[in-house]
This record gives sequence, structure tokens and C-alpha cells, in this order.
Amino acid sequence: MSFRLLSPKVYQKIMKIVFWISGIITIMILLVIIGYILFKGFEVLSLEFIFSAPIDSGRAGGIFPMIISSLYVTLISGLVAAPLGVGAAVYLAEYSEDGWIVKLIRFGAETLASIPSIVFGLFGLSFFVIFLGLGWSVLSGGLVLALMALPTIFKVAEVSIDAVPESYREGSLALGATKWETVYRVVLPAATPGITTGVILGMARAISEAAAILFAVGAALTIPVSIFDPGRPLPLHLYILATEGISLEYAFGTAAVMVIIVLIITVVTNNMVDRYQKKLMGR
Amino acid sequence: MNNSLQEYLIEKGLFITAISSILVIILIIIFIFLEGLPAMESYGFLNFIFGSLWAPTQGEFGVLTMIVGSLGITLLSLVMAIPLSLFCAIFMAEIAPSNMRKILKPVIETLAGIPSVVYGFFGLITLVPFMREQFGGTGFSMLTASIILTVMILPTIISVSEDAIRSIPSEYKEASLALGATQWQTIQNVIFPAALPGIITAIILGMGRAIGETLAVIMVAGNVTQYPTSLVDPVRALTANIAIEMGYATGLHYNALFGTAIVLFFMIVFLLIIANYLQYKKKVVIGGGYL
Repeated sequence: MSFRLLSPKVYQKIMKIVFWISGIITIMILLVIIGYILFKGFEVLSLEFIFSAPIDSGRAGGIFPMIISSLYVTLISGLVAAPLGVGAAVYLAEYSEDGWIVKLIRFGAETLASIPSIVFGLFGLSFFVIFLGLGWSVLSGGLVLALMALPTIFKVAEVSIDAVPESYREGSLALGATKWETVYRVVLPAATPGITTGVILGMARAISEAAAILFAVGAALTIPVSIFDPGRPLPLHLYILATEGISLEYAFGTAAVMVIIVLIITVVTNNMVDRYQKKLMGR
Repeated sequence: MNNSLQEYLIEKGLFITAISSILVIILIIIFIFLEGLPAMESYGFLNFIFGSLWAPTQGEFGVLTMIVGSLGITLLSLVMAIPLSLFCAIFMAEIAPSNMRKILKPVIETLAGIPSVVYGFFGLITLVPFMREQFGGTGFSMLTASIILTVMILPTIISVSEDAIRSIPSEYKEASLALGATQWQTIQNVIFPAALPGIITAIILGMGRAIGETLAVIMVAGNVTQYPTSLVDPVRALTANIAIEMGYATGLHYNALFGTAIVLFFMIVFLLIIANYLQYKKKVVIGGGYL
């Protein structure tokens, strides 16, 4: 800078305050949002709300069918995306050599992660619902969400497989194990906490998504029994309650349940990452 | 079973899982284009993209008002999100004591994890009435949507740019401090320029998230297909157009909504290519390249 109104030391002090304020603002934003939602949501939140069926399209009653729908689509997405994501991560971390195909695979995963959810929604409608004839069902919804969870699981799993020390592999190979035996018996167990974190994060993306399943899962208020039944996962229920002006009170209750789920997921994954890091550093 | 055959099969199996995301993208492109191109063709590509009138009942399918809407909301939210998130990222990487960092990290993860419908709902309940009181009108507006999006893209920009700042070799910082620079001078003249490619990537990723966001935007933006003349005018985003009308669209209207998705798809791919190009060119030039 050619001119200087304030001395560098004064600048330093001012900027330090600015930095602290920006950190505190970020924390305040979160506290205000979840505080407000939980505060309003606790007015309707009760065991009965969680374990009973909605009455009068959600003006009264509870959200039990929505919780079951959410569990269904999230589990299906995890069951489909976890093997694909972990398999891809193992291939990239252990088998591939850097080349155009690896670059292409990474670009593919990146693109998949950034495709807008509503585009997934249209794809789900035209491919799973109509082309494959799966209809409006929790299966169609779960499969769409699997595609969205895939890049997250892949990315986190790859990082955690990469983080396994090279000496583990060398030790196993030196004992005469084959490449796959080494991967399966040594590398994967060592990377399990990281991989599990990835799968949880992928499923967390699935459980909070509504736009992608808007045209895939139907909007039934009943409990889905088979995977071919339609359902209405929690985020979709909240969207319908709020935009169709059905019940703000119950919308708050539903939002609060989702915020609590997110908080639990954050605590669990943070715990796992901590333990994993301690383990890799030799406890 | 023959050991080497088993190894071979496993490797091929893993390879198939590895290319699954590419296969999925190809499928998405095929299905979106198959349904979307007919509408673009019959209405004319240029008319579709540069047409200002969207009136499906009269057979008018111009999406330019929505492109403007999407870009307007996105740019406005970037203007608000970039300063806050960069300061916060630098704070986390360079300044915050470790206990503050231990609070901020889960805070940002939680912000990233909150479902977009919850953000939209929060905006609908608190922000829309507030904007109505402050600026008149309905309260559903471009500005309202961009404030909600600001909060939603904060965690993306913060976490990616924090990684970029952390990956700068500590020698750079130490050299600057050893020359007697203050911490702020070091951040301003050494750390920030060195981390800039990563920071721009972070901003592009945040931009992608903002353009792709659907339900939260629908809930607060007003969704009128017209050009906004002020920040507090309602707008409709491309994503919103699909979600709102898909439920009842038939015929060419149905195809036109897939056409909207094609436009959206190209905007995202364009951003990704820029981001990748920057990663590729990620050469740090400090001190005139002599360092």
C-alpha cells in the first residue's frame, strides 16, 4: 500500500476483531436457526407425535409414516451406494495408476456431486419411475438418493483408504498375502471408521433431500410396507405442510425432528473421526 | 479357485464400481436430453434460451427470465457470502485458538447438514414477513431468496477455502513474519494470494450449490416469471420452474421442463470446467515467482 492512514499494528488489531466477529456471526446464524426451530417445534414434539399417523393430511396426529418412509429411502440409498462408492474408492486408491481414466472417474464423481437435485428428480421420474416401471415408490426414491449419496461416500472412503499407512500393506504383502487379501483383511479394516463416516454422510445427504424425490416417491400419507409402496419422507412432508399452508405448527415439529437428526449425525461422525485419528497416531 | 483368476475378477469388479458414476452421468444425460431436446427443437433453441415469455398454456417456452432469476439470486448471495465466509475461513485456519476451532468445525458441519427445506421453511416464517414490513410488497423476493442461499452456501465456501489456506506451506508464512510483517499483513500479502486458486474453487462450488438449490428458493422467491426491476421483486429460478410445474405438465410443456434442466445442466458443467481448470493451473506465484 502506498499510503497509510493507520499503522500496521493498529490495522492488525482492527482486523483481528473483524475475524473474530465473522467467526461469531457464523456461530450465531446456526444458533438462531436451530434454536428457533427447536423452540417452536418442541410445542408439538412428543412421543405421540413421533409414533402416530397424521390426521387430516397433517393438521393433527403425527409423523410416524414419514419416519418409516425416510428410513426406507435412506436405507435403500445406503445399501446401493455404499458398495459402489467403497468399491470405487478401493479401485482408485489401491489398483489404479494415475492416468486419464482416473481423471475421468474423479471428474465424474465431482459432476455427480454438483448436479442439482431437481435434475436428479427429473432423471428419477423418467428412468426409475417410467422407464424401469418402478412407479412412485420408496424404491424409486431410494435409488435416486443412492445416486446422490454415491459421490460423498466415494470421496470420504477414498481419503480414509489413502490415509492407511503404507507399512500396513507392505507387512501384509511380505507375509505372502495377495493384493486382494491385503485390501480385504488389512486396509479395509484399518479404514473402517473413515468408510463408515462416509456412508453416514452419504445417507445424511439422502435423508435431508426432498427435491430429488419429489417426482419419484409419491406423497402417500400411509406407511409403506413393501419397497414398491409410495411414501412421503420427512423433508417432503415438511415442504408440503409449509407450502400448501396445511399446518405451520406441525411443520415446525417435523423440522425440529430433522434438525435433531442432523445434530445426532454431526456428533456421531465427529466422534468417529476423532477416534480414527487417535488410532492412526498409535492411540 | 485359481488365485490369480480370482484376483483378476476382483480387480475388474472394482473397476466397474469405479466407473459407476460415469455410467450414471451418461444415463442422466441420455434421459434428460431425450425428453428435453424435442421441446427445444420445436420451439427453437434460441427462442427457448433467449425468449422472455413463459406461458405453457399458450405454447410459449422462453426461459430467459428464469436464467436471469437464477443468476440474480446466485450473484446476490455470493456478494453477501464471500466476505463473511472468507473471513471465517481465514479465522479458522490462522487466527482462532484451538478451542474456538473445535466449536466452529461442528457448527459449519451442522450448517451444511441442515436440510434445504428447513432453511426454506425458516425463511418463509421469519424472513418473508420481515422483508414485507421493511420493503413492502409480498416479502417474497430475489433478496429474500439470496439471504437464505447465503446461509446455505456459507459452509461450502468456508470449508473448501479453509482447506486451501491450510495447504499453504508454513515457510511462506514464517518468512513473511520473520521479515517483520504483522499477522494481517502476512494474511493480506502472502496467505491470501497463495490460497486464491483454492478460494476461487470454493466460491465456484458455492455458486453451483446456489444455482442448483430448489425447494428453499421456491419457498421464498415468489416464483413470478418476469425480469426483476429491483432487489425486492419476486423472481423464478430455473430449478423452481421444474419443481413447480412438473406435477401437472403434459405434452410439450413436460418436455420444456426437461429442456429447463438441460440449461441448468450446462450451467453447472460450465462452472465445473472452470473450477477444474483453476485446480490444474494451481501454481502459486508469490514474490514475483521467485519464491
